[in-house]
Amino acid sequence: MGPLINPQQIINGLQLGSIYALIALGYTMVYGIVRLINFAHGDFFMIGAYAAYAAFFAFNAMVAGRTGTLAFIVLVIAMATSASVAWLANKLAYKPLRYKPKLSSLITAIGVSMFIEYFFSAFPAIGASYRAFPEIIPRRDIHIGPAVVSNLVLIDLAVAAILMIGLTLLVRRTTLGKAMRAVSQDKDAARLMGIDIEMVISFTFLIGGAFAGAAGLLAGMTYPRIFPYMGILPGLKAFIAAVLGGIGNIPGAMLGAYIMGIAETFASAYNSLIGEGIAFAILILVLLIRPTGLLGEKIADKI
Amino acid sequence: MKKSILVLALLACVSLVFAQDIKIGGIGPVTGEAATFGISTKNGMMMAVEEWNAKGGVFGGRKVKLIFEDDKGDPAEGATVYTKLIQQDGVVAIVGTVMSKVTLAGAPICQANGIPMISPTSTNEKVTLVGDYIFRACFIDPFQGTVGANFAYNDLKARAAAAIFDLGNDYTKGLAENFKKQFEKLGGKVVAFEGHPSGATDFKAQLTKILQAKPDVIYIPDYYNDVGLIAKQVRELGFKGPLVGGDGWDSPDLVKIGGTAVENGFFTNHYSSEDTRPIVQDFVKKYKAKYGAEPDALAALAYDAMYIMLDAIRRAGTTKGSAIRDALKTTDLNVVSGRVKFDENRNPIKSAVIIEIKNGKPVYRTTVNP
Amino acid sequence: MKLQKFPRFLAVVILFYAVIEILFKLDVVNGYLLHIINLSLIYVILATSLNLINGITGQFSLGHMGFAGVGAYVSAALSTLVFKLSPSKPGDMLVFVGCIVAGGLAAAVVGLLIGFPSLRLKGDYLAIVTLGFGEIIRTAFNNLDVVGGPRGLLGIPKFSNFTTIIIASALSVVVIRNLIQSSHGRAMLSIRENEVAAELVGIDTTRYKVMAFTFGAFFAGIAGGLLAHLIQLAHPTQFGFIKSVEVLIMIYAGGVGSITGSILAAFGLTFLSEGLRLGIRSLADATGLPIGGEWRMVIYALLLIFIMLFRNEGLMGTKESKIIELPEVE
Repeated sequence: MGPLINPQQIINGLQLGSIYALIALGYTMVYGIVRLINFAHGDFFMIGAYAAYAAFFAFNAMVAGRTGTLAFIVLVIAMATSASVAWLANKLAYKPLRYKPKLSSLITAIGVSMFIEYFFSAFPAIGASYRAFPEIIPRRDIHIGPAVVSNLVLIDLAVAAILMIGLTLLVRRTTLGKAMRAVSQDKDAARLMGIDIEMVISFTFLIGGAFAGAAGLLAGMTYPRIFPYMGILPGLKAFIAAVLGGIGNIPGAMLGAYIMGIAETFASAYNSLIGEGIAFAILILVLLIRPTGLLGEKIADKI
Repeated sequence: MKKSILVLALLACVSLVFAQDIKIGGIGPVTGEAATFGISTKNGMMMAVEEWNAKGGVFGGRKVKLIFEDDKGDPAEGATVYTKLIQQDGVVAIVGTVMSKVTLAGAPICQANGIPMISPTSTNEKVTLVGDYIFRACFIDPFQGTVGANFAYNDLKARAAAAIFDLGNDYTKGLAENFKKQFEKLGGKVVAFEGHPSGATDFKAQLTKILQAKPDVIYIPDYYNDVGLIAKQVRELGFKGPLVGGDGWDSPDLVKIGGTAVENGFFTNHYSSEDTRPIVQDFVKKYKAKYGAEPDALAALAYDAMYIMLDAIRRAGTTKGSAIRDALKTTDLNVVSGRVKFDENRNPIKSAVIIEIKNGKPVYRTTVNP
Repeated sequence: MKLQKFPRFLAVVILFYAVIEILFKLDVVNGYLLHIINLSLIYVILATSLNLINGITGQFSLGHMGFAGVGAYVSAALSTLVFKLSPSKPGDMLVFVGCIVAGGLAAAVVGLLIGFPSLRLKGDYLAIVTLGFGEIIRTAFNNLDVVGGPRGLLGIPKFSNFTTIIIASALSVVVIRNLIQSSHGRAMLSIRENEVAAELVGIDTTRYKVMAFTFGAFFAGIAGGLLAHLIQLAHPTQFGFIKSVEVLIMIYAGGVGSITGSILAAFGLTFLSEGLRLGIRSLADATGLPIGGEWRMVIYALLLIFIMLFRNEGLMGTKESKIIELPEVE
């Protein structure tokens, strides 16, 4: 038996964490702005993977040989498709319930999630079958000491990092980001300040959806098998990661996701039975000790 | 309460369709996470029914009316569906269902009502032990695990084996456990025995640990979709040795998902699509033409299960449950998955073949008799 | 505290029981319909008990089926593995009742154990922790080989029938309804309405939250036990997160806080999901469209969204039917 903690396992954990992070960001942004656990978010991830799949076959012949161009086109289409679906779901299903009791929009979100999954599964052109995801970028292995890193791992890490930096800049430096922060702190005050709340919410869904779409493409390339229910489990894990980091908190979601990825990897390597429950165990522990999550701020009780 | 009475009236209206058709119930999970298996199963059954109807029916010109229901892969839903088919639709026999846990919820209902039932793919030993009306068309867990271990030890000359299986799936866990038992009995050593959660896509944590134990061969009794991913990831981590698995590997998508990673892979199966028997060639060709995809093991077994059932009804010459059951017991039929006879526990006695993945194609390697 | 028996409610239950039994004997109600009624009644227990936690006390729980799982596994392990009961032996029925109650108690203990630490949390955080606990319970069953692991616990004797289920279901409703209208229930309602205010007037909120959790878990355990003895099998996948969501949908479709709503929704949604089988088939036959059972859940999900969009307070809102309303007006 080799050592439990070794470079290979750390790389494995980081890769898993990157994909969780991209999904978790969407969860946490939407929650931060509208206080809605958007259960359909995992399905936006799935849609991103299918959009990438379709885009690959549509453009493969056209840009034959130019891998970089193709990968870029596929990425843009995956992000755009998921973003539009997220935007649409907000417009049609969530917006009408915005000022109704919070939990009715939660049930609606569950309904949207079920609808997307069952519809994809039933619709003949998509179907319930597993599909093999095409090799958009050929895999190459890089040996670093005892560990193997494939170029896909590097791409996963890089894309996640670039998008996260971009998001942080957007939230910290732009007017839109300022508006987003304002809405998440106090919706009514933000409205009084002349912020178009619905527009900010729409943007949040667009960005969250786009990130889920990018995650869908990365997941498709890394784990080349897609099917209509592929969003459920990563969605749930990413959501837990978001809560772990302090839901509504963007750096928290990233931190939570990487902790989850690494913890899951080590726990699975230690004992597969523990690996299955570890996500939930960490979650419970963190929340019991620090109910607002790792980086979450304490919200004062309103009286 | 009003609602229930309303639906009651509604349900009561829709019985009694064509009296002379023989109603057969079909069950599979066509929604939910196992939907892809359910769809293959449904396709296989429908094809068999259409062929029999095209030939002029089962007996006395009576055609088959297949009533197919979804069980969502959920035992409670399964119990409802079995009850519906028997009590509401009045089927004479049931072909189904895919997952053992659901079949086990349905089998006691069939047994209590005297409705003969054959499951295409439920491998749990307990299924047919429910009673004498319950049959199956597939191998049971111990058989494939044992065959796989023998092959790894004797043919591949492996002495150190590892296994990875799905913790939440009794089929893959059953195969892995039986593989371990047999491999150790032969004198080999199982150096790593790792489970993964259902629905996982990243297996690298377990695989890294497995490779640290330096196995000669890795046993992966998962379904093709998981196998494709596991194979890719284990090759990425540097393993070059052989991979062995069970009939869950049997799908054209195995190579599509796994690519070159599944080369040097071997699995136990019911039949080889290279098999020159006309029934196999015919089945593969017709299935492709009808559904635009190559059949997987589930489609083949569902087709066979329906075939076996209809053949028994033909020989019984009646739709009486006990007569069909007796006819099933004396089945001796050549179907896609081989020549089928039933043993005293109503499990099929048939030989297994070992298939090797070579240059992206499944190639027949050897036949193993039980 | 005076126990209310809700005579009108019990009269309706007895009438319903008698009618269904007679129709069943006359073969108007077949085994299938009776099975759906049985399932609906089990869902009535699950939905009303979850409503006690979610609707009345306002504590958002996503792990309700975990408690049902504890009840199912404990009662079935007792009846199947320990006592080896059989429905054909007349005395065994009593032991079976004992097993079901034991299952409920075990679930209540788990509810208590989980309730104490979790209830410091509020809202969505509580939801997530209960989800986590539910999944851990499911994972535990999956890995306990004594009760079958991923194969499930098999060969459970079939003790649940229309009579046992309707008795348990009616009892649950009466007990929960009594609890709600007692001073304890008032305290629970006050927590839902305004926790801080409740605390300020001296209500021990933690105690009442834990009480709601424990009672809710107890009845969920009873329901789980009945389900296991109805379908003769207990399997980890039956008690996961997705199943908890199904029950949650029932209480929201029925109206949060309304026991009447939960009862109606338990029946309505169970019948809807079965009725869609027929609906889809008739639609396919009538229009010639190539649609099959795989579209059933698409329509179910769409209907759910529409219910929430156009009647987001649920079928009943927070109102109760006259049948199980309090006898005297306050």
